Amino acid sequence: MIEQTVLSRELLLGFYRQMVLIRRFEDKAAEMYTLGKIGGFLHLYNGEEAVAVGAISVLRPEDHIFTHYRDHGHALARGMDPRRVMAELFGKTTGVSRGRGGSMHMADPALRFWGGYAIVGGHIPLACGMALAIQYRGADEVVLCIFGDGATNIGEFHEGLNLAALWKLPVIFLCENNFYGMGTHVRRAASTPEIYRRAEVYGIRSEQVDGMDLLAVREVMSRAMDYVRAGHGPYFIEALTYRFRGHSMADPELYRSREEVEEWRRQRDPITRFSGYIIQNGYATAEELAAIEQEVEAEVEEAVRFADESPEPPLESVTEYVYVNPGPARRVAHA
Amino acid sequence: MPELTFREALRQALREEMLRDERVFLMGEDIGAYGGSYAVTRGLLEEFGEKRVKDTPIAEAAIVGLATGAAMGGLKPVAELMTINFSLLAADQIINHLAKIYYMFGGQFTAPAVIRTAAGWGQLGATHSQFLEVIYSHVPGLKVVMPSTPYDAKGLLKAAIRDPDPVLFIEHTLLYGIRGEVPDEEYLVPIGLADVKRPGRDVTIVAYARMVHVAMNAARELEAEGVDCEIVDLRTLRPLDIETVVESVKKTNHVVIVEEDWKSFGVGAEVAARIAEQAFDYLDAPVVRVGMLEVPMPYNRNLERHVVPDEADVLAAVRSVVGSRV
Amino acid sequence: MAYRVTMPQLGYDMTEGAVARWRKREGEQVQRGEVIAEIETDKATVELEAFSSGILRKIVLPEGQRVPVGTLIAVIGEPGEPIDDILKEAGIQPAVAAPTSPAAPSQAPAEEVRVRATPVARRLAEELGIDLRQVQGTGPEGRITREDVEAYAARLREQAAAPAPPRVEAPPPAAPPPGMPEAVEEPLSRMRQTIARRMTESKQQAPHFYVTVEVDMTEAMRFRAQLNAQLDEEARLSVNDLIIKAAAKALTKFPRLNSAFSGDRLRVFKAVNIAMAVATPEGLLAPVVHDAVGKSLFEIARETKELARRAREGHLRAEDQVGGTFTISNLGMFDVESFAAIINPPNAAILATGSVQRRPVVRGDQIVVADIMKATISVDHRVADGAEAAQFLGEFKRLLENPVSLLI
Repeated sequence: MIEQTVLSRELLLGFYRQMVLIRRFEDKAAEMYTLGKIGGFLHLYNGEEAVAVGAISVLRPEDHIFTHYRDHGHALARGMDPRRVMAELFGKTTGVSRGRGGSMHMADPALRFWGGYAIVGGHIPLACGMALAIQYRGADEVVLCIFGDGATNIGEFHEGLNLAALWKLPVIFLCENNFYGMGTHVRRAASTPEIYRRAEVYGIRSEQVDGMDLLAVREVMSRAMDYVRAGHGPYFIEALTYRFRGHSMADPELYRSREEVEEWRRQRDPITRFSGYIIQNGYATAEELAAIEQEVEAEVEEAVRFADESPEPPLESVTEYVYVNPGPARRVAHA
Repeated sequence: MPELTFREALRQALREEMLRDERVFLMGEDIGAYGGSYAVTRGLLEEFGEKRVKDTPIAEAAIVGLATGAAMGGLKPVAELMTINFSLLAADQIINHLAKIYYMFGGQFTAPAVIRTAAGWGQLGATHSQFLEVIYSHVPGLKVVMPSTPYDAKGLLKAAIRDPDPVLFIEHTLLYGIRGEVPDEEYLVPIGLADVKRPGRDVTIVAYARMVHVAMNAARELEAEGVDCEIVDLRTLRPLDIETVVESVKKTNHVVIVEEDWKSFGVGAEVAARIAEQAFDYLDAPVVRVGMLEVPMPYNRNLERHVVPDEADVLAAVRSVVGSRV
Repeated sequence: MAYRVTMPQLGYDMTEGAVARWRKREGEQVQRGEVIAEIETDKATVELEAFSSGILRKIVLPEGQRVPVGTLIAVIGEPGEPIDDILKEAGIQPAVAAPTSPAAPSQAPAEEVRVRATPVARRLAEELGIDLRQVQGTGPEGRITREDVEAYAARLREQAAAPAPPRVEAPPPAAPPPGMPEAVEEPLSRMRQTIARRMTESKQQAPHFYVTVEVDMTEAMRFRAQLNAQLDEEARLSVNDLIIKAAAKALTKFPRLNSAFSGDRLRVFKAVNIAMAVATPEGLLAPVVHDAVGKSLFEIARETKELARRAREGHLRAEDQVGGTFTISNLGMFDVESFAAIINPPNAAILATGSVQRRPVVRGDQIVVADIMKATISVDHRVADGAEAAQFLGEFKRLLENPVSLLI
């Protein structure tokens, strides 16, 4: 079942490249934020790259993604153009959501990436609804619904899981447990800190995985895909991971120690771990990986240039996209 | 033309649209096996089966959230929230999600779900007797419909199901039993269009849902006094067809707005403000609102009747604006 | 007893005015009949006299501020007499032991009289040129409603018996047609606006017809020269005086032309008060020679001189401008042969006279040189017909051609 043995060098280097792209992209976004090029909230994904790349790499093009507001990593892992993601951060018309969404609301229906959502847990029912539509059409598609540990205490999580299980909806719930809901540790927020066990009460098959290990994430994700595609209903994955940066750019990180962060960065960095695996198993040399990093650097620089040079949305366009049909042509209707 | 009840007209609309479009399906609490708490969906489970008529658990956020997601996935869900009071449990889904999908992602996709819900009273107590249409009418991205007659109910519900935007469709529980003419042939009532239910010269009464009927009764009485009322039924609260109201005001110069809801920050307040903005120079008297007393609904029958606006309140309001005429 | 000085009504169409200048200061003694202020109306600056003697206790209305007729503008009273109640009535806080110099003119704010009217009533009133202060409100809290304005307008129409509603709005300022040369925009003065409004009203409501006669003024000119030779400068007669006297006398025989049309009736005036059009730099004024029949030609002459002077100086008094029953417009000084005038409402007719010109005329079988003046009467056809106008002009002509009769 597990295809580790057949993983090609190209595939592995591709995963590596995606993780590095996310890391560099987020670092650059932080820089741009300090320069005032990016406004509002900026939640960065540094440290959690293996979860996004590992899980999303298992999806097929026809599968769907709903995710939370820390969504750049997922967008890039799904293949969204970094230039257009950066442009969205810059609020430009060339952004994936035409500058209307910003950091938390990346979307691209062509990639079946239905968006990052900023109300914790709010998108879980949406993902179930998309799964319902798949089931209704009898399609062989799966929805990946990504959320954090913080979302597992909210009502919509439980309503969504209950219905998904009850109706056997084709949805994979992927909880990125980075241990902190903003600044509150999961042990201080959840009566059952082993989050995957919460799914059990709904009769949902669930397991926990090391979210810092890309291959492990892929393995459990593949298992989940097979299960869901077989029509058994939803699957629940809890990926243990860690966010290397603060909750947002404004986070003074009073809730965790410097040492804790340093320890994760030094010993558990998913990119270091994966590059070690590649080199040790002879898929590529350190030089080759360095060359990839160079490429990625250039790609991120290009993204910034693109975003910077892109036009601002015209002010008169602000009322577009409120309604597809803003109202009846009254005179016509009366005529 | 055959006469149908409001309830039957709604059921016809659902049935016709389900027959017309495979993507249309219903979901909600007790809409299937139970037959619908207000019996609107009675018989549809038997006709269309469980795939198209889905009973849900009591989970309002999930009902609206799933409907939204399914709509994004290309279906035409008609979700039912048993009463509008419970919609507050789904307010996050309605306001933060359903209303935002189209705009927040830059117009890339839509969520054209229909949320049907009921509002009314009848010694149901404080939490089951509210009219919260104002909350949703406040929100750009939503359309809010509140019909008054079987004809409008059917035509508007069919239009809502075919609309490319999300629609909150609010049914008055005390109207389910009223009868009215509904043609056999296919028709739609456009969303966003008010209707002059009674033409008149002297006073414009702006109303919607059940208050249209209360206003009609008052108008008959006022006619005997020589006051000719024009009744504008808003039908859709958002987008609000203020043009029809303004046209009427330009003719009559007098306005009474009747709403079966608290007046503060309400539909009447909005209509009055728009009249002030767009028809100030045509007013011959201050705009007067009739609404519910500003209390949570009491259980006691007499107290409840006292809270809800009735014909006498409308009569008094109209007489006050026409002044010396009567 | 303290006396309320209010904004005076100075003419039937005056609705508001301002004090151009206070001639007395607060604390000053005033005598009844003494001029205390100059009132600026739409048409002129008019002197306002005190109607009560006493101390000018309080000046309520500062100079230059327009208020409706009837608004309290000052209080005259005895020293120490309490006037706080009057001031309070007018919504003015009585000064509490003002430490300032007692003679300093007070700049107390004038009361703002806001007519309670609905928006549509206001809009309609503006469209119809109706002064809301004249309209009785019947709506809630006495508010003037659309119906009230419509009823008032209907009454006005009845009074005017005009088939069309009195729309007196100025034509909207139109963009100049293409090809017009560049122009300087000149805003209309208040007087010009008033003239525009009243003349439009007249021409639209009163169907005018015109009758012209030639008057042989040879005798009248000779008569005038003879008399003037014996008179002092300020007592001398003008041709205009002869015309006034002749018209006044003729009107006693044709009183219908000395009337006002009033819907279903004529108001035929007993006195003949001749208004004479006087050109001033600001526009046309029409001071009135009251009872021109009862006054001698010499009295008329003195009066017209005084009126013309005051009109040119902008100092016409209120009573100088009201009560005219017939108007004469004389453009004789401009070498005008003849012209037709627009009736000055509410008069029924106006007489327009040209200059006296030496012309060859046929007298008997001979051609002789004579002094000829053309006179054209404009008559409101609702009041009188052509024959009557012709007969009046015949009498007018007879009197001037036999000028001695003007002395009788």
